[in-house]
Amino acid sequence: MPRSQIVIYCLVALISLAGLADATYLTAQTFSGETMVCGGSPDCFKVLGSQYSHIGRVPLALFGAIAYFSIFSFATLAAFGYAKLRRFVLIAVWSMFAVTLWLLYTQAFILHAFCRYCLFSAAMVFLLAGLIVASRSP
Amino acid sequence: MKRYLPFVIIALVGLAALGGGVMLYRAKRPETAVTPKGAVAPTDHPEDLHVRGAANAPVTLEEYGDFQCPPCGRLAEPLQQIEKDYGSHLRVIFRNFPFTIHEHAHEAAYAAEAAGLQGRFWEMHDLLYREQAIWANSKEVQTLFEAYAGMIQLDVARFKKDMASERVREKVESDRKRGEALGVKNTPTIFINNESVPATSLNETALRAAIDAAVQEKKSS
Repeated sequence: MPRSQIVIYCLVALISLAGLADATYLTAQTFSGETMVCGGSPDCFKVLGSQYSHIGRVPLALFGAIAYFSIFSFATLAAFGYAKLRRFVLIAVWSMFAVTLWLLYTQAFILHAFCRYCLFSAAMVFLLAGLIVASRSP
Repeated sequence: MKRYLPFVIIALVGLAALGGGVMLYRAKRPETAVTPKGAVAPTDHPEDLHVRGAANAPVTLEEYGDFQCPPCGRLAEPLQQIEKDYGSHLRVIFRNFPFTIHEHAHEAAYAAEAAGLQGRFWEMHDLLYREQAIWANSKEVQTLFEAYAGMIQLDVARFKKDMASERVREKVESDRKRGEALGVKNTPTIFINNESVPATSLNETALRAAIDAAVQEKKSS
């Protein structure tokens, strides 16, 4: 695998770690019932307290944490030469990209409020998507 | 070795995420236990009373509060600290005493009572006081209360219905009437073992001294 590709997959792994930290933090806060997470931001409460922040009793952040961890794992293995796993990185990142677009739409047009943790996660996903595009360019 | 390295890295990151999440969860989980509903003063209807702390505690602190009153908001955090520090020696009762001069005080009391109907009165109580400065000045107070309900994982549809229900309004009104009968005129008004605490003593230091005195009195009697 070319060195540039290895660097890109290492960057993908590092960025997914940042997303994993964000999602793990939100998941733990949600399960603990702690509400300080919003630090007095009404918009944050509107988003994290909305029906869109959970699927049943499970916080969406938990799915995010699992997705970021999957991307981290696939990207790490891809960087170490497991070429077949690159396809899984692609699938995972573009799936997250689609979900992120939906969540941004929900925040902007349904809830009319943005949550900083969600925006941070969206930024990470956009970065990941950018890197994936870069890895595919000749 | 290189063959196993990525798996080792993945396993370490997985463990770190899981461990970090569990540690954060344990650190943030509320420490104060809500007293079982059956263990309350016989003069009260258990389902209507909001009690936190040990049922057999020697000291009972009863607060008449208005969620929008700034002094109540300022006292909320010291009171929570006192509750933690005194542990099994103290139980706390909260009763609503909303004033009409506070634009959203009644709605806040209804929100707390509606949360109480789903067993989360104290979570909403703490949240309303903590976020007082935000919702008190908000034009979308109902939206915020519903968001708070979502944050503490209530059934929001039921919460909205309960907030508008007669049951909740009657509960707030009955608290208020009880307070008026006891001579409550301002908030916060605090009783320690049924003795009214002077307004000048409504600070953490004086409250601790009053609780200490009440504990000593119980021990000596």
